[in-house]
Amino acid sequence: MNIVVLMKQVPDTESELAINDDATGIDSEDVKMAINPYDEFAIEEALLIKEKDGGGTVTLVSVGPDTVPEAIRVAYAMGVDHAVHVNDEIDEGVYGGADAFTSAKIIVAALKDIDYDLIIAGNRAVDGDNYQVPAHVAEMLGLPLVSAVVHQEISGDAITCKKLIEGGTATVRTSLPAIITAQKGLNEPRYPAFRAIMKAKKKDFDELELDDLGIDEKSVGAAGAFIKIRKLELAPARTGGRIIEGASPAEKAAALVKLLREERQVI
Amino acid sequence: MAQGVAVIAEYGNDGFRKISLEAVCEGKRLASELGQNLTAVVLGAEVAEGAAELAKYGADRIIVADDAQLKSFQAEPYANVLAAILQETEPSMVLMGATANGIELGARVAAKLQVGLANECTGFSLENGRLVATRPLYGGRVIAEVDIEGTPQMASVRPNMMKIEENEVPVEISRFAVDTGEVKVELLEENVVVSSKVELTEADYVISGGRGMNGDDFAILEELADLLGGAVGASRNAVDAGWRPHSDQVGQTGKVVSPKLYLACGISGAMQHTAGISTSNTIVAVNNDPDALIFRVADYCIVDDLFEVVPAITKEIRAIKG
Ligand SMILES: Cc1cc2nc3c(=O)[nH]c(=O)nc-3n(C[C@H](O)[C@H](O)[C@H](O)COP(=O)(O)OP(=O)(O)OC[C@H]3O[C@@H](n4cnc5c(N)ncnc54)[C@H](O)[C@@H]3O)c2cc1C
Ligand SMILES: Nc1ncnc2c1ncn2[C@@H]1O[C@H](COP(=O)(O)O)[C@@H](O)[C@H]1O
Repeated sequence: MNIVVLMKQVPDTESELAINDDATGIDSEDVKMAINPYDEFAIEEALLIKEKDGGGTVTLVSVGPDTVPEAIRVAYAMGVDHAVHVNDEIDEGVYGGADAFTSAKIIVAALKDIDYDLIIAGNRAVDGDNYQVPAHVAEMLGLPLVSAVVHQEISGDAITCKKLIEGGTATVRTSLPAIITAQKGLNEPRYPAFRAIMKAKKKDFDELELDDLGIDEKSVGAAGAFIKIRKLELAPARTGGRIIEGASPAEKAAALVKLLREERQVI
Repeated sequence: MAQGVAVIAEYGNDGFRKISLEAVCEGKRLASELGQNLTAVVLGAEVAEGAAELAKYGADRIIVADDAQLKSFQAEPYANVLAAILQETEPSMVLMGATANGIELGARVAAKLQVGLANECTGFSLENGRLVATRPLYGGRVIAEVDIEGTPQMASVRPNMMKIEENEVPVEISRFAVDTGEVKVELLEENVVVSSKVELTEADYVISGGRGMNGDDFAILEELADLLGGAVGASRNAVDAGWRPHSDQVGQTGKVVSPKLYLACGISGAMQHTAGISTSNTIVAVNNDPDALIFRVADYCIVDDLFEVVPAITKEIRAIKG
């Protein structure tokens, strides 16, 4: 079974964010980057399937800027066999305004030369929370898509998945090749061992430019996107941090409820 | 030429979901400003009768796709039917609720129609007859204003952001002939818990517990949530410990909530948690560690033992409510 994992590198949740000068992107200079957490579930599931299968390869495909190779190293250390990085960095240090549609276009072009039975993506990327790249990829490739998967079982060329729906779960079945997206609960991603991390540093990966895939720069990035960013700003800080004083828990509770009623009018 | 606003409304077990009414009312506001009609679209089985309720919130026209094949939510048939409805009726913009099902459906339809979809929007404005959306990014740390290309422009609305107002108008109801098209994913089984409690993402009051709860007994939180007509949430640590189901998890790998009041009890306030609460109106934290990070995002902070404070809050509110 050959599996492709779609991985996006996103700013580490704990790193400070700054907006660039024309307020259309995040200044990536000092931002620490990490694998999108849902894509860690995707990588882990691919590795589990491969281990159970006793064969096949796990190939990672990632579209993103110059920093993506750091994430590829982590994925290699986890056990991924091969990786393809499509570099879509248009302006130095600034994400090029890509959206789900343009990212999917590039991913689909990169998949042309890869053999796969199953594609695993994340349920969403926690930078833009678009929830859309897998749907575009599925539509462009005519593949069945199962989103928000928390359990899967493959038998022959069928895959049966338990997925989250509003208020519960559904069990569905489709035939391979297919795309599934990983939801929390699917698995617990492994931590790579030290030796694997050292070994991963020396492993090759494919580095492609848009040109190599025959993609015109003007058809992707902000120019080709359906969602165009006009303006970004940092969210205003919360009014914050008022400590409720009182001699006892009961006094504090009473003071709080008074404030919630009078100052906030939420009760 | 494309004209008018369409809103996809989700019909649940006991009527329309609150977020759907919010989306309908926002759709009405936009349609009025444009001087155009509001069309509500309802998909499901045996929903035709209930659908008429939407006239109360300003729908000029209601289109129902009522068919036994649409009894359970399944992304593919729902998307095939919805895409056909939008192609035939040609609205210039489409809103829906940012529910788990809504987000899945929206992505499929946007991919099919090759149009832009802005998810989890918190506000809208109009410019030259086109929709401009505001949406949070990076776990609520950044706010974006975006243009949505293509027609129809699509957007999903984050719960608890829009006002519900009654605005009854005469309505025309029509049925759309359902053709579910090619369906590649087969539904084998469904397990939906019908609960009388409010859904976490739609609750006005969310009372959440973390590792500080020290076990799976969340009774004091449930009591307060019940009193307020709210819902109980949890941190990932509480979920991973097996104290609460994943569907209760708030945060980056859980749900986003925007209640009037978010009460965090025994939660340290990691960024991955606060990513799920940034659009809450008021945040209160109860934690016995004065240095807990949660106090940096909370509007009101109580440094004390949650097992003493939470019952005292409940008692205080009960006294007021009589
Ligand atoms: C990829 C990734 C995704 C994640 N996604 C999420 C997510 O979606 N949601 C989420 O919540 N977390 C998420 N996390 C985990 C997150 O980083 C934190 O580890 C988690 O939120 C901590 O949970 P907690 O606050 O309950 O526990 P702790 O950090 O252990 O905090 C417990 C708190 O309780 C207080 N306390 C203890 N006893 C009492 C008492 N009697 N009275 C009052 N206070 C008391 C303590 O002072 C402490 O502050 C994620 C992490 C990663 C790496
Ligand atoms: N630039 C990208 N490169 C590779 N995979 C991506 C990219 N963007 C999104 N994906 C995949 O699509 C999933 C959903 O992303 P999104 O639609 O952006 O929320 C992610 O979890 C990834 O698996």
